Amino acid sequence: MAGAAGGQRVPAIELRGISKAFGPVQANRDISLTVMPGTIHGIVGENGAGKSTLMSILYGFYKADAGEIRIAGRPTQIPDSQAAIRAGIGMVFQHFKLVEPFTVLENVILGVEDGRLLRPSLARAQGALKRLAEDYELHVDPDARIEDLGVGMKQRVEILKALYRQADILILDEPTGVLTPAEADHLFRILENLRSQGKTIILITHKLREIMAITDTVSVMRRGQMVATVATAQTSPGELAELMVGRKVLLHLDKKPAAPGRNVLEVENLRVTDIDGVERLRGVSLTVRAGEILGIAGVAGNGQSQLLGVLGGTLRASGTVRIEGQAIDLGARNAGQARRAAGIAHVPEDRQREGLVMEFLAWENMIFGYHHDPACQRNRALMDNVAIRAMTAERMERFDVRPPDPDLQARSFSGGNQQKIVLAREIERNPALLIVGQPTRGVDIGAIEFIHQRLIALRDAGAAILLVSVELDEILSLSDRIAVMFDGRIMGERRPEETDEKDLGLMMAGVRGKAA
Amino acid sequence: MDFATALQILDSTVRLATPLLLACLAGLFSERAGIFDIGLEGKMLASAFFSAAVAAVTGSVWLGLGAGIAASLVMAAIHGAASISFRGNQLISGVAINFLAAGLTVVIAQTWFSQGGRTPSLIGAARFEPITLPLAETLHPVPILGPIYHELISGHTLPVYLAFALVPLSWWVLNRTRFGLRLRAVGENPEALDTAGVSVAATRYAAVAICGVLCGIAGAYLATALQAGFVKDMTAGRGFIALAALIFAKWRPWQAMGATLLFGFLQAIALRYQNIDLGGVVLPVQVMDALPYVLTVVILAGFVGRAIPPRAGGAPYMKER
Repeated sequence: MAGAAGGQRVPAIELRGISKAFGPVQANRDISLTVMPGTIHGIVGENGAGKSTLMSILYGFYKADAGEIRIAGRPTQIPDSQAAIRAGIGMVFQHFKLVEPFTVLENVILGVEDGRLLRPSLARAQGALKRLAEDYELHVDPDARIEDLGVGMKQRVEILKALYRQADILILDEPTGVLTPAEADHLFRILENLRSQGKTIILITHKLREIMAITDTVSVMRRGQMVATVATAQTSPGELAELMVGRKVLLHLDKKPAAPGRNVLEVENLRVTDIDGVERLRGVSLTVRAGEILGIAGVAGNGQSQLLGVLGGTLRASGTVRIEGQAIDLGARNAGQARRAAGIAHVPEDRQREGLVMEFLAWENMIFGYHHDPACQRNRALMDNVAIRAMTAERMERFDVRPPDPDLQARSFSGGNQQKIVLAREIERNPALLIVGQPTRGVDIGAIEFIHQRLIALRDAGAAILLVSVELDEILSLSDRIAVMFDGRIMGERRPEETDEKDLGLMMAGVRGKAA
Repeated sequence: MDFATALQILDSTVRLATPLLLACLAGLFSERAGIFDIGLEGKMLASAFFSAAVAAVTGSVWLGLGAGIAASLVMAAIHGAASISFRGNQLISGVAINFLAAGLTVVIAQTWFSQGGRTPSLIGAARFEPITLPLAETLHPVPILGPIYHELISGHTLPVYLAFALVPLSWWVLNRTRFGLRLRAVGENPEALDTAGVSVAATRYAAVAICGVLCGIAGAYLATALQAGFVKDMTAGRGFIALAALIFAKWRPWQAMGATLLFGFLQAIALRYQNIDLGGVVLPVQVMDALPYVLTVVILAGFVGRAIPPRAGGAPYMKER
């Protein structure tokens, strides 16, 4: 590291004793953090550990209850985003803050226009963007509309926005969640470029592999507190995971080889056209056998959601779908119910919108889709709420839902526990086929371990499982076979032992690899 | 139909389209900033009454116009406070404003003038007078173009010219200025504006204020130019027709002009041909009068293709958590 010899260097960011409470919840407790200039500093922690709150305080979204922020050695007040921008802090949010119908240029100048008229600002930004693109490998068409760009490009626009505002400190919140491996590699090259030009980067992520690959220093947060800050070279993924969760965690899944049986799901030439007339599924064919997990890999938005929708009964399609040899009517009206009757259980991608009613209580959520079951009925008119509550309590116990209280609103559980409620509802039916989308999105490491074990156990009990996930690690560790989707088609199929991230990444980007 | 009749109908189209166009542009500014406004009707009505009342008392149409705009701005401020500062439901706030205006105007009119909820008829300087454009008389004898210039282009009141001049101006403001960029951004994704360090609330209040001013002019035009005084419920659903036109126009100024001219044309036809004889079957006057409203329903039912409203429309802005 250059400059280290010149005695004490001034930290780019120094936080001292930052605390922040939301009502009774202490999101940040007495946090101190020092980030040196020209480094990439990772911050890891489970959901709800307080990472995002801390960064929001740094970016002026929240005001800390106590504590001090020093930027480049000077005590700094950051009451709003404008102050953060003035202090040279730029933020790339997990959910992009871009105006979709605007062009890249318009998004870049928004809020930092040169004057009342747009033309001069746009001209200046055009030049600045060109320079930034050359300096940092940040090429984006300045006149493209955001809504026409892929997620990787949108992220570059966010980085460009920050750099155009003269940011010296760049905070990235879970930047690789939506990227293909190739895009993620490109992002890391950009970040290394930025670091070599003296920028300071804070990288918030839950992917330990990324932390190990790119950061210089890493801080671990747990339950609102900073539990450790270590040099990346002197730690390991296992140690970090333990620090995050507070106990030993199995990062690698132990599973027996699959013993696939008869074909449970047979899909032939499935086609779906959306409301805009765009063909989202372009002739998908696949089979899933009893006792195996077929993983569908792919970048979000390549037809996986539509595949789940058709199988789950929320979308109409052409083609054939057979369950245990029985064809399913793809144009039926009471499709969801018919699917369940045929033995399909569905854990939707977006549990908060499709899997649960957030305002309803846990026991009410526990019977959605199965409320016509005799077990839920007291007589022809009334439901047996007592029995349902008891059943819910018992399932919550078995699926380790915390707190195991059937009378809590779905909203008040954490993401992982919400997912466990959905899983309990679907798995407890002993389905012939479980279709599951993004089972661990927004779920803590500890809960991920549990959910993965449950899926493997269901497989070993003889169910067929179709797993859709954008997390390649998850696909690789759970699947017995992997199919890659791109642009509404299956690009090819692999066995997990004969492939790797690079091979899959190429197929996810639409490059057909070696013949399947 | 001869040439002169056609000109008369088109002339009346322009006059009837004017309040619709002003209200439509008012709604455009508000809704492009993400504040739905079904209170256009109420704001116009409030302005119609106060402009007529002040014009009647002072004898000055300009003071009347000022009073109308002020009344409409007060209504806009209520809507703004409810939907921006207090994060209330914008539809309910709009409905409340419509009721408030419908009730208050008649009650105050009765208290002040005791003429059954009307204002006295306006005469002379208490009304906007038609403006004869230069050379209108000289050019009148020129075939075709002369009468078009004389009848159609010339001879309207000031608010008519203002309304049509506002169309390119609105386009320019929205698409070529910093204010327009921010206004459109706040209607599509207020978070983007907030993280860029610009106040979401201030931008939205500005848009709501513009909406108030334009509705004020629309209402004043109704009572002091199109008619000669205020009568109960004189807006007659124009605020809602303007909303339909706004959707029809997909929230764009030039298209808004086209849409409001279409509605104005239907109203002009209805005024001109009270009963239409279709060889045996006589369409009664009510059918013609209902046409603009029927078209409104047809448009709102989505027969005009997909109209995508501003993405953040109708939703109060709250920071995460």
